[in-house]
Amino acid sequence: MSWGAILALSAAAYALKLAGFALAGRVDPRAAERWSLELVVVPVLAALIIVQTLDGGERIVVDARLPALAVAAVLVWRRAPLLVVVLAAGGTAAGLRLLGAA
Amino acid sequence: MFAVACPSGSAIMPGRMSAPDRIVRDAASIGLATGVYAVSFGVLAVAAGLSVAQTCALSLLTFTGASQFTFVSVVAAGGSVASAFPPALLLAARNGIYALSLKQVLPRSRVRQALDAQLVIDESTAMAHAQPTPERKRRAFLATGVSVFVLWNLGTLIGAAAGEGLGDPKDLGLDAIFPAVFLALLAPQLRRDGAVGAAIGGAALAVVLLPLTPAGVPVMVAVLAAIPALASRRARG
Repeated sequence: MSWGAILALSAAAYALKLAGFALAGRVDPRAAERWSLELVVVPVLAALIIVQTLDGGERIVVDARLPALAVAAVLVWRRAPLLVVVLAAGGTAAGLRLLGAA
Repeated sequence: MFAVACPSGSAIMPGRMSAPDRIVRDAASIGLATGVYAVSFGVLAVAAGLSVAQTCALSLLTFTGASQFTFVSVVAAGGSVASAFPPALLLAARNGIYALSLKQVLPRSRVRQALDAQLVIDESTAMAHAQPTPERKRRAFLATGVSVFVLWNLGTLIGAAAGEGLGDPKDLGLDAIFPAVFLALLAPQLRRDGAVGAAIGGAALAVVLLPLTPAGVPVMVAVLAAIPALASRRARG
């Protein structure tokens, strides 16, 4: 990973925050709401879940990550704290691999 | 960073504590939760090939968790750095909307604004907007922003330092943590109009493109799945 990439990402993230302050007063917050940025993020997150679960180097691989995701889904649905979700997902995958099951 | 419940908005505590005390206490507990969570970011970033210094720089300078996780996860999956930018920036853009909504209640001095901007994240915004008065909104924003900033970076450092000594990330199930994180981020968004369709569309595009395109491309193209929902929302005005 190059330092340039890290600094570029940081500069862009900061600029986006500052842009909000700069545009306040000039842009109606309700107009910003209508841009529906949150909605744009939805398919991106869904795709990230798929890629992170099934990616095997440009082919689809089913392994311990899939049952781990299922465990995480149940916990998210039960509104468990984020930390519990993370530990349970990692623990499920690690446990299955230890047992040689996936 | 990550949407969290805001206890001070719900006034569960009996009236023993004054409002400012409650703000500080809630800010501390939110900071602690994200801090513990930052440990997993530190571990994953180092496993993805970042140095400890680079991992800490990301948390200090970028300071927006969902984007950091996205950036590192695309790189860890073998995607180019260039392909990691669009999804990371898309997630970072919502901080701009938060800043838009916060400007009125924050101090007007330019120096303060430059500093406050870095603290504009999910938690500080949610805590500020849960308060009834401008004075308390300001306090809640600052207390939460500073608390999360300090503990997020401390957690990152601990995770990155510990991650260096760990073995194969797969043996520890670290690769299974990314999808769980993104699922936890996605779930609260699904209540919006058209969101379930957009999520299914994005997932379907990713499944189809995953074996066909270089790493990073499926996530970039998935954004197109938001178009039908956006179009129908616009048509309704």
